Amino acid sequence: MSLIDAVARLGRSAIDLVVGLGKAGLMLWGAIAHRPRLRKGTPLLIKQLYVIGVQSMVIIIVSGLFIGMVLALQGYNILVGFGTEESLGPMVALSLLRELGPVVTALLFAGRAGSALTAELGLMKSTEQLSSLEMMAIDPLRQIVAPRFWAGVISLPLLALMFTAVGIYGGHLVGVEWKGIDSGSFWSILQASVEWRQDIVNCMIKSLLFAIVVTWIALYRGYHVTPNPEGISRATTQTVVQSSLAVLALDFLLTAMMFGQ
Amino acid sequence: MLTRKIEILVGLFLLSGLAAFLVLVFNVANVEVKSGDSSYTLHAKFSNIGGLKVRSPVKVGGVVVGRVSAINLDPEKLEPVVSIAMDKRYHYFPETSTLSILTSGLLGEQFLGLTPGFMDDDVELLVDGDSIEDTHSALVLEELIGQFLYSMGSKD
Amino acid sequence: MTLTSKTLVEIQNMAFSRGERVIYEDVSLSIPQGKVTAIMGPSGIGKTTLLKLIGGQLTPDSGTVLFDGIDVHKCGRSELFALRKRMSMLFQSGALFTDMNVFDNVAFALREHSGLPEEIIRKIVLMKLEAVGLRGAAQLMPTELSGGMQRRAALARAIALEPEMILYDEPFAGQDPISMGVLVKLIRELSDALNLTSVVVSHDVAEVLGIADYVYVLADKRIIAHGTPEELRLAANPQLKQFIGGEPDGPVPFHYPAQDYKKELLSELD
Repeated sequence: MSLIDAVARLGRSAIDLVVGLGKAGLMLWGAIAHRPRLRKGTPLLIKQLYVIGVQSMVIIIVSGLFIGMVLALQGYNILVGFGTEESLGPMVALSLLRELGPVVTALLFAGRAGSALTAELGLMKSTEQLSSLEMMAIDPLRQIVAPRFWAGVISLPLLALMFTAVGIYGGHLVGVEWKGIDSGSFWSILQASVEWRQDIVNCMIKSLLFAIVVTWIALYRGYHVTPNPEGISRATTQTVVQSSLAVLALDFLLTAMMFGQ
Repeated sequence: MLTRKIEILVGLFLLSGLAAFLVLVFNVANVEVKSGDSSYTLHAKFSNIGGLKVRSPVKVGGVVVGRVSAINLDPEKLEPVVSIAMDKRYHYFPETSTLSILTSGLLGEQFLGLTPGFMDDDVELLVDGDSIEDTHSALVLEELIGQFLYSMGSKD
Repeated sequence: MTLTSKTLVEIQNMAFSRGERVIYEDVSLSIPQGKVTAIMGPSGIGKTTLLKLIGGQLTPDSGTVLFDGIDVHKCGRSELFALRKRMSMLFQSGALFTDMNVFDNVAFALREHSGLPEEIIRKIVLMKLEAVGLRGAAQLMPTELSGGMQRRAALARAIALEPEMILYDEPFAGQDPISMGVLVKLIRELSDALNLTSVVVSHDVAEVLGIADYVYVLADKRIIAHGTPEELRLAANPQLKQFIGGEPDGPVPFHYPAQDYKKELLSELD
């Protein structure tokens, strides 16, 4: 009996998952599948770029600096044992470009902007602002969801680039200014190992995909929130947990595809 | 609806993103050593440059006196030609100096070691555009091992 | 129906359920044009759901909802949006957009739909705000207003596009007597002055009976009574009497269904 219950529970959660994916897909489709409205859409997009992008900048830049510095310090301690401390440059740059830049930025973004998006949308739903838009014959998907989605998709890759650039300078700061690695070797070896196509383009592809996933989850959780305070707080937590897990899983897949061979 | 401040900040945000992008691209692109007033260029031919890279340092007894500015292949002799941007402050090397490709540590990066030659009355100083004739190529570990094994084999 | 005027909204044999829970089975009612129609009933009966069904935000399991002869739930998205421009809804919470001030809230639908130049929009907005007595509060943010003022601002927004019908969702809930009086006056005046069709969903018996032209009473998933306020006051239905008189016990029991009191007290913990 309990076995059948367990099977039924499994079945139910599978059905819920499929239904949820379907709803999320419909939401995204409804939000972005239409002609862009430049005159009305642009101010909304700019406002969201401010809320989502500009307001995440400080945390991203500070984290990037510290992560680059820590990476350089730890890397130096290991590399110096092999007498190859000049390889610190590529170590820091490649770790940041290939993994840490896109991934850590996406995780911080999920915590900073994703949770805020969910809470904002949840609040709009529970105070009936979304219903009220619908009754005014204005599609909330286009008015509310679409500008937030695009702002997230534009902001996160830019933030990841900033994070990576600042991180490399943080590594330079520790490696060159503090540990006394030759600045020229630092840059020359770094430049020789970083490839435009393999590293920078892949970094941008990764962060773009992470941006889509994190923003999408945050908006879906907010848009389909149970409209009460408990529902909003649960949805906010779910946004952070689910988007972080999704980013890490997706990162593994992408890394396997990009660097697996 | 939008204040001017928000518009400016968003503009700055997009510009910082672009700046970060350019910084990353410039880290990849071979940024050329400023061969302006502060440096003069020397050339040297090697038969093998090993892992030498553009911007690798040129050292005299451990002191950095210049950097590799370009690495090309001689179109006729099919030999690597390394161009070095030397710091103007170190302009007193005789043309008998030798240049070798060395490795820092067992696994470290390769750099150019400049050994100043003797000075004589008919020996001139190296100036912009000169070539250093006496060069020692990089040691290639595989070749060394190969030679070693070969010589071991021939003894038996 | 004794009313002679034209019917604007006609609900026929509508059934609706949320998951397992049946909200309505077989509800039929008609809302006459230019009158104030009230829909009353105890809390939790799904009165707000009824408004959402009329507005096309929810779809009934069976039956039809006709607005001016058009089946709301057979419309495509653009037809539905065209219908919604003719109606407007005052939400219980007011549902003002929290990120813009009162003026922009009222101007919002005008800017989206009317295509009028900004100076004309400004005049219309000020007129609407004057009608609800909040012209002085135009530059305040919604959070700076009291609950009653928020609802009045929302009312100004609801009439901005001059709709044919306004759906009021619990307009009196949680209001002090003064704001309640103001809202009653506004609903009545707007209805008379603009020949608006008003649908008021509420459980505030006194206020509703005071302004309504016609009243439907919902309970037990269907309509248990309808008529003019006078007819209802005289009705003999015990359920209706309990509701209108506000008696604590009656056909709607005071106690939530439970097992026998004495038996539960005496039973052992197992």
